[in-house]
Amino acid sequence: MSITVKQVSKSFGSFRALEHVSVEVAGGSLVALLGPSGSGKTTLLRIIAGLEVADSGTVLYEDEDVTDAAVKDRNVGFVFQHYALFRHMTVFENVAFGLRVRRWPRKRVKERVGELLRLIQLDALAGSYPSQLSGGQRQRVALARALAPEPKVLLLDEPFGALDAKVRQELRQWLRRLHDEIHVTSVFVTHDQEEAFEVADRVVIMNHGHVEQTGTPREIFERPANPFVMDFLGNVNVFHGHVVRGRMKAGSLEVDYPAHPHDEPRPATAFVRSHELDILRTPNGRSSLEGKIMHLSPAGPVVKARVFAADFGIVLNVDVPRDRYAELGLEVGDTVYVAPRDVRVYLQDYII
Amino acid sequence: MSTPEKTNPRSDPRWVRVALIAAALGVIGVLIVIPLVDVFVEAFGRGLGAYWQTLTGDADTQAAIRLTLTVAPIALALNLIFGIAAAWAISRFRFPGRTLLTALIDLPFSVSPVVAGLIFVLIFGLQGYLGPWLRAHDWRIIFATPGLVLATTFVTFPFIARELIPLMEAIGADEEIAAASLGASGWQLFRRVTLPNIKWGLVYGIILCNARAMGEFGAVYVVSGHITGRTDTMPLRVEKLFQEYNTPGAFAVASLLASLALVTLAVKTALEWKTRRDLAEAARLRSEGDAA
Amino acid sequence: MNDVNRRVLPGFRLSLGYTLAYLGVLVLVPLAACFSKAATLPFDRFWAAVSTERAIAAYELTVGASLVSAAINVVLGVLVAWVLVRYEFPLKRLVDSLVDLPFALPTAVAGLVYSSLYVESGWLGRFLVPLGIQAAYSRLAIVLVLVFVGFPFVVRTLEPVLERIDADIEEAAACLGATRLQTVTRVIFPSLYPALVTGFALSFARALGEYGSVVFVSGNMPFKTEIAPVLIVARLEEFAYAEATAIAVVLLVISFSVLVVVNLLERWSKRVYA
Repeated sequence: MSITVKQVSKSFGSFRALEHVSVEVAGGSLVALLGPSGSGKTTLLRIIAGLEVADSGTVLYEDEDVTDAAVKDRNVGFVFQHYALFRHMTVFENVAFGLRVRRWPRKRVKERVGELLRLIQLDALAGSYPSQLSGGQRQRVALARALAPEPKVLLLDEPFGALDAKVRQELRQWLRRLHDEIHVTSVFVTHDQEEAFEVADRVVIMNHGHVEQTGTPREIFERPANPFVMDFLGNVNVFHGHVVRGRMKAGSLEVDYPAHPHDEPRPATAFVRSHELDILRTPNGRSSLEGKIMHLSPAGPVVKARVFAADFGIVLNVDVPRDRYAELGLEVGDTVYVAPRDVRVYLQDYII
Repeated sequence: MSTPEKTNPRSDPRWVRVALIAAALGVIGVLIVIPLVDVFVEAFGRGLGAYWQTLTGDADTQAAIRLTLTVAPIALALNLIFGIAAAWAISRFRFPGRTLLTALIDLPFSVSPVVAGLIFVLIFGLQGYLGPWLRAHDWRIIFATPGLVLATTFVTFPFIARELIPLMEAIGADEEIAAASLGASGWQLFRRVTLPNIKWGLVYGIILCNARAMGEFGAVYVVSGHITGRTDTMPLRVEKLFQEYNTPGAFAVASLLASLALVTLAVKTALEWKTRRDLAEAARLRSEGDAA
Repeated sequence: MNDVNRRVLPGFRLSLGYTLAYLGVLVLVPLAACFSKAATLPFDRFWAAVSTERAIAAYELTVGASLVSAAINVVLGVLVAWVLVRYEFPLKRLVDSLVDLPFALPTAVAGLVYSSLYVESGWLGRFLVPLGIQAAYSRLAIVLVLVFVGFPFVVRTLEPVLERIDADIEEAAACLGATRLQTVTRVIFPSLYPALVTGFALSFARALGEYGSVVFVSGNMPFKTEIAPVLIVARLEEFAYAEATAIAVVLLVISFSVLVVVNLLERWSKRVYA
């Protein structure tokens, strides 16, 4: 069951939550809506579910226009950030709710709920109340409840947002395995890029009510469409300069930029990820920057160095592989040369 | 464009809303508004002059008003001191039996006013435990003002304490501990730190306590002895005038008590608005602090 | 918290001592006196006093009318609380304030005005009496005035609970395919049960002891419209102190039982749903 969102706009008072947003979700895929808070991702999810009504635009499930359909008739499974379990019902009754309101026969309800409780591995707790469960268990119950009526699409709003780091990690892997088993078209909202990249088939990056980029995790990571995406992905160093005649110049840093072969200079910004910078003891021509090591943080798989580049007056974040760190014998206060391996340049009509 | 009502899962259909609002207004109208209006219509039915004459021309009614204005403030003052002491002890310290004590403070609410009057008759009445001794010393408590004060204090006992205890627990002791560590004496601490924080809650408790104290009927009925002009409070006067088929007189006194109720409600509503605004303001300041 | 506060803040002994002394002198000792007075009666006389036909009729009426009025208040309270929390309409603030009037209005005034409204010449009686509805000097009158007196309890216990029901609970029910009616009856109402029980019990407890308003409207006919507090006063006026006390003890035991049951129910519901 595919989902198509066409030109959807939504305002709350004077706040424009979504402006002409279009998104395609292929049947059977798992898609993440990723963005900072206020980017409109949750509003988009709620419009897909029917919990909010779009001011304009259409929502299709496969070929069926559901823009004006009531929530209860859409047959969506929705998992809420704070679980929204019915606290006066046992785990069993929570999961059975969607079947009971559909008047499933008693025996089939029992079978289906049993099946789901086994799936989420909580069959032993069928008689417990939500208040007696841990956060992770509650979220699994919420998921089982959403899946019970065999929904056409599964929508999850920050599903792991309220959980602690370790449980998050476990649950997101579990969600991926679960999706591989049941293959229901799923969309989830998150502000955590690691979560989006680890779990989703495709990621939709949103900002200020717009879609900034859509693609597989790999496409987005390797070819960020614009400075916002680049910056949002994080661990990035920013250089301001200009391009002229096919070259980008920022202080002593110079790289090719063939897309602008013209004579008249234009402001531009260069981005380099921290793991795409090399540290050298000696300068290697024009594209390395002199700097002084301010701080070293050697705990972790890579050593994180903070290098002050006097030319730019900025601090660069550099990830140094452990063996390279040992080889160079870096100390705080050393003067080093930093060379970018990969630079992405954007003309400055994009403002972050 | 679609109508939001159609798909918003939390809103009810328009006809349901209209029907329920109409039903609720009907309930409030019949149960509360009509009786309230009726008090004043009956009281002023024969004109303002007659109303004034009914109130001022009757020495016994005057005496009843004076008695209520004597008894209620005394009961109020006693319960005010108690309320502050109880709230201080319960909200600022932990001790064995604290929960039980909190529950016991509410006890008078579940005692019928008639029983509340009766227990004082059993102690201070002529045949009561202390009756002979009081008689020997020529002291009167029952069928006299002290009995009225006792009965009124009993029935209004929990009002101020139960308003202050949750308030002071919510505020917490941090400011007071800070003041104490800066060397404030007990009285300075109370007057300069505690009192400013609880003053609106205190006013709230006082007006509710006062409304009940001035309006109490059952308990004072039992201890008063109905000596016209001596032990009739305003509510007792209403009943006596009613029994004497002096309906205009009864409604005139009742209208004063109803006005008191309206003033109480107005102050209560204003305080609740203020509290809500203060809470919103505090929340706003907190969120700005977070953003900064 | 305990030891630190006791070391730092003044007045622990003074405030606790005063609280205990005041509570003891004003409330506990007098209530104990009531029980000890009842205990001076030999058991057969106590039993005779509390089990006369007139007394039993009075208990039945008191408990029955209180139950009926509390049940009515549950229905009216759900309606009014729902409308006040969920809908917007003109004069809502005023209506909200008026809900508390029964707390602020002296019961004698309530009794006086209710007695005049429902007689044949009264504003409401002139419509009801021709229909054969005698809402003055009857058991119906007692129920009506008890509904008035207990009205705010259910509304005020329900309002905060209704406000705290998260939007996502109702949205979840709708997503799962529930109609609005199913959401209200299966999801919202069940989460109100604890508050409804509390509101019912508060309203019931208040009605049990009510005297001031009932004495005006009921007519106080033994066996017919005489409630237990009225019977206590009648016994007192006959100087039958022991009998009055015996009936008072029965009334106290009923009220305290209600109190205990409510506390247990609240504790239980907190443990299960919290």
